[in-house]
Amino acid sequence: MNPLTRSGPLTQWATQHRPWIAAAIVLIVLPHVPGLDGNFGRSLLSQMGIAAVFALSYNLLLGQTGLLSFGHAVYFGLGGYAGIHLMRAINEGLPIPMPLVPLAGAAAGLAFGILFGAVTTRRAGVVFALISLGVGELVFAAMRILQGFSGGEEGITANRGAGPHLLGLTLGPQLQVYYVVAFWALVAAALMAAFLRTPVGRMCNAVRDNPERAAFIGYDPVRVRFVVFSVAAMFAGLAGGLHALNYEIVAAEAVGAGRSGTVLLMAYIGGVHSFFGAVLGAVTITWLQVSLSDYTTAWQLYLGLFFMAMVLFAPGGLSGLLLMHRPIVRTRAFVGVLKTYAIAAIPAIVAVVGAIMLLEINYRRATQPDAGARMRLFWVDMDTATLWPWLAALALLAAGAFFFYRYRPRVAQAWQRASDEARAASDTPRAGAP
Amino acid sequence: MSGPVESKRCALKLESVHKRFGATPIIRGVSLDIYEGERHAIIGPNGAGKSTLFNLVSGLFPPTAGSIRLNDQPIEGRSPFEIYRRGLARSFQVTNIFPRLSVYENIRCSVLWSLGYRYSFTRDVSKLSDANERTEQVLEQIGMRARRDARAGVLTYAEQRALEIGITIAGDARVILLDEPTAGMSRAETARAVSLIRTISTGRTLVMVEHDMGVVFDLADRISVLVYGEIIASDVPARIRENAAVQTAYLGTVHA
Repeated sequence: MNPLTRSGPLTQWATQHRPWIAAAIVLIVLPHVPGLDGNFGRSLLSQMGIAAVFALSYNLLLGQTGLLSFGHAVYFGLGGYAGIHLMRAINEGLPIPMPLVPLAGAAAGLAFGILFGAVTTRRAGVVFALISLGVGELVFAAMRILQGFSGGEEGITANRGAGPHLLGLTLGPQLQVYYVVAFWALVAAALMAAFLRTPVGRMCNAVRDNPERAAFIGYDPVRVRFVVFSVAAMFAGLAGGLHALNYEIVAAEAVGAGRSGTVLLMAYIGGVHSFFGAVLGAVTITWLQVSLSDYTTAWQLYLGLFFMAMVLFAPGGLSGLLLMHRPIVRTRAFVGVLKTYAIAAIPAIVAVVGAIMLLEINYRRATQPDAGARMRLFWVDMDTATLWPWLAALALLAAGAFFFYRYRPRVAQAWQRASDEARAASDTPRAGAP
Repeated sequence: MSGPVESKRCALKLESVHKRFGATPIIRGVSLDIYEGERHAIIGPNGAGKSTLFNLVSGLFPPTAGSIRLNDQPIEGRSPFEIYRRGLARSFQVTNIFPRLSVYENIRCSVLWSLGYRYSFTRDVSKLSDANERTEQVLEQIGMRARRDARAGVLTYAEQRALEIGITIAGDARVILLDEPTAGMSRAETARAVSLIRTISTGRTLVMVEHDMGVVFDLADRISVLVYGEIIASDVPARIRENAAVQTAYLGTVHA
């Protein structure tokens, strides 16, 4: 083999950044995967990329620094407005290529992050959370009043196609927009990961764990919070700029409490304890938002229930659930664990089907009383005026829950075997299931 | 340190320091000289105000009146990080570490400021060779190299106490305050802690609050006795042991 390719600086760089290169390849291939290669799929992927940047920026605050914000959309939305106004200026003839628009969002996010951060990061905990809520409401109200700047609730529009075409990018096809989003998402994620490896980034974790002690090793916790807050606002602004580019419209809701709540949901469901949890959460929630709303008008209810279930049963989020298996994934007993999962899934699915039936019947009767008693659920026509659909749903829920709980100890046993095996295999003792 | 005459320079000087919480006076006019390079123990019954005194010196809260000088610079009323940057570090009576960070990260965070990295967001910590070398040294000193990857929150009590001292000495502070470094330790753990304190105090000025009289008389060059917010004696161990006022106020009750 050529020695250059074995130990050359390029190979070294490639080994060090293997996850990032893999991510880049995945991002390049994704819009050509069957099912995602249409306009809908590519638009969904673009939305996911934007949400991922936003959620990653949010987790710099929540997971890394322990700052619970209820107003992170402020920086997303203001970044979006900066982006859309720049796009309008480009439409008027300003010679800037459209793919650079997100940078204007980042600049606006950073500027407002510095402005509001100077006030809001003086305190952590509940006080910070409440002030962030207040700032969010304030900015939302301002955006509804400043119609000339924001377009209020109707929003303000621009055309991403009208401007100089960098590298022949017209941004007409959704695929081109997707690649612009993917490029910035990857750059933003890499920069945020790098930020966490810098001295001030490491001190974010220290301040999260113990702000008092951080002060006794030379750092002003307020200053550390301020720095990370500004950085998080900058990346939220970048996401907002991408949003402007993707939708060609930004309205007051972009800075609103709903969006601030959604990003909290994404970060939490993805798991705040790991860096990539936010990506997982952003992808999952975006997918649920888009696809669930196709099936049911009660989708927000399911989202809420899903969130509650995660908070109660998996506080580490989706990434926590995955990482939990890292110590046992190489054991032979792991196959047994997977087998118990597959068996436990059967009663779980039955129970969930029962619960969905109950919810849907109730929701339909409560919100659409004029639609009549007949409805179609899970490919079955039913008359909800009779008792049978209700009884069937209850029976499914009860039986599913009963057998799930009966079977649960078997899952725990399989886990125990696997973690015993893992512990025996490694020299240093390691924790099993967290 | 060098000659005894030169070592009489004050690293820390308290002059008629008062602290009141509401109407309750806790520290009632403490004047105290800590000489450069000495190991100074502060003893006294529970509630005498020893920890409060440490909190005043380290900047957790400001004194009601009086002056505190570190290397001849006034520090009273300054914030903890400002006082730390002027060369004073402290440990805590109740373990005060970064529980979700690894042992290694705990120490590495604690070396960053003194090496001048401050709020830098352009450098990768894993490539800061001086920070990582210093971290290794401190881990070696506190005997925790084998536990470097463990989360600080899951360490045993004695290990956490050692880490607590490691965080305190990781920077370049020349004046170190240790608040009950051996509290709650077994005899063997105490012996290890004493030898650790002896090692880390070379080239530094050490002030410690300690209840274990064996440790105090073993380590301290001088001892000050704090009773109800006042220093009633401040002298070398032999004279403190003979001091009648100290015996009635404190030592007598302990050994009774």
